[in-house]
Amino acid sequence: MTALLETRGVWQRFGGLVANSDVSISVGRGEIVGLIGPNGAGKSTLFNLIAGVLPPTQGSILFDGEDVTQMPAAQRCQRGVGRTFQVVKSFETMTVIDNVIVGALVRNTVMREARRKAHEVLEFTGLAARADVLASDLVPAEKRRLEVARALATEPKLLLLDEVLTGLTPTEAQTGVALVRKVRDTGITVLMVEHVMEIVMPLVDRAIVLDLGKVLVEGKPADVVRDPKVIKAYLGDRHAVGA
Amino acid sequence: MDKEFAARRRRDLIIAAVLAGIAALTPLFVKDVVVQNILILTLMYAGLSQSWNILSGYCGQISLGHALYFGLGAYTTELLFTKFGVLPWFGMLAGGVVSALIAMGLGYPFFRLRGHYFVIATIVIAEIGLLLFHNWDWAGAAMGITIPIRGDSWLKFQFLRTKLPYFYFALALCCLAWFVTWWLEDSKWGFWWRAVKDNPDAAESLGVDVFNSKMGAAAVSAFLVAVGGSFYAQFVSYIDPESVMGFQFSLLMALPAVLGGIGTLWGPVLGAAILIPLTELTRFKFGGSGRGVDLIVYGTLIVLISLALPRGLLSLFSRPKKTGAAR
Repeated sequence: MTALLETRGVWQRFGGLVANSDVSISVGRGEIVGLIGPNGAGKSTLFNLIAGVLPPTQGSILFDGEDVTQMPAAQRCQRGVGRTFQVVKSFETMTVIDNVIVGALVRNTVMREARRKAHEVLEFTGLAARADVLASDLVPAEKRRLEVARALATEPKLLLLDEVLTGLTPTEAQTGVALVRKVRDTGITVLMVEHVMEIVMPLVDRAIVLDLGKVLVEGKPADVVRDPKVIKAYLGDRHAVGA
Repeated sequence: MDKEFAARRRRDLIIAAVLAGIAALTPLFVKDVVVQNILILTLMYAGLSQSWNILSGYCGQISLGHALYFGLGAYTTELLFTKFGVLPWFGMLAGGVVSALIAMGLGYPFFRLRGHYFVIATIVIAEIGLLLFHNWDWAGAAMGITIPIRGDSWLKFQFLRTKLPYFYFALALCCLAWFVTWWLEDSKWGFWWRAVKDNPDAAESLGVDVFNSKMGAAAVSAFLVAVGGSFYAQFVSYIDPESVMGFQFSLLMALPAVLGGIGTLWGPVLGAAILIPLTELTRFKFGGSGRGVDLIVYGTLIVLISLALPRGLLSLFSRPKKTGAAR
């Protein structure tokens, strides 16, 4: 079976800065893939290219067998790409349920069905008790969860999670991990950008390490963390020798 | 939860019907022409503000140039009537369509602007419209258009001896604008608009067509405001650029909504019910000599309210917020 998502020789330049150079990755159906790398590695840029925030300078992006390189974000969402934002972007003046209904409207044109779908998703993500609260009144961990809920309501094939586990307490992070597993169990493919290695590594099936805009290593999480190139990228030359 | 929501929607509809019923009966008790005049203007501005609220309150694209659509409605109706003998009822519809099309035409370049830049663009465009009409000889230029009096007639929508037909039309317009808002509030468009207002990037990522959401809101909003402009032209039976396209109309559409609660169903009606009588009464009481007094009064009022209740008067009535336990 073909990969769900594939990037082919993707470049992104911002003026003189090369954020992504010749990035070719693929994500198979049903996988949880982690996209990791030190600060400034180009993770967020690649993420935005996949989500359709902007088209790449060069290269192509294929989703579900279709070339989506020039397709704007809203259409990609209709095709089945859901995403969260690193800096949460809730609809602050709307209630939690209304936030999720916006997502549910992609596949449900009748309001009653969209509302039912939104309640279902809130139940699934554990936000049901907060349905009628304004999004601005949620605590940070709940806001992250709402981001996931909203994206899930669009019934994506691929869910892009941008640092949803960062900045949470260990307990919150563990419930987050459980949620990601639950999402995958419903058949949704997950691509996640994450910083916190000790949380991500046990969760993902495969890790792709970016450094300086290029794919450095990819493979099983256990192998990736031992790879000298990865240790060097994160910690510097001295530590790589001993590894 | 669904039931609660449906019940609230029904309750809004019932309250609106009751209020409209009460309003419809007021002419039985109010015979004073000055007061009737104030009631008519209050209903008209409530309707206009409700329409303005669709684009600026729900969709978040603050316009201070809606006087343009008001004036376009008035001019389209009266030009068609005086030059081609088209009945005002058709002129009203034509004015609405013209305004909606122009709103979308203007939206095409200007909806790319965000925040303050968009507001400035709307002001400038309305001023340009005003200047164009000032210099357009065929449309009467600065002299304006006097609507020929043909006697009381529903067909030509003009009445000299009574203000009641105007009153009922203004009431109908207000009800229409309210009902359109009510209906759209629980529709895909309503949700899209609020999402666009709160966060366009997030909206985009959830499949919302941000640009067309704004276009749709602009078209509905401009159409209804133009109908209001047509009505006003018939009501005052003389129009010139300043008297239907002046900047004060843009303000008088925005202020009731802001005062009552921007982006809410009841805000514009509540705001208009307080602001317009206040404006008209102070103007009436202080006459020509104190021309600034009404402005000082409601200027002060708005400053005070925005300081005390930034979300508008309506926030006084909002239910205490539910705070269910965090999970």
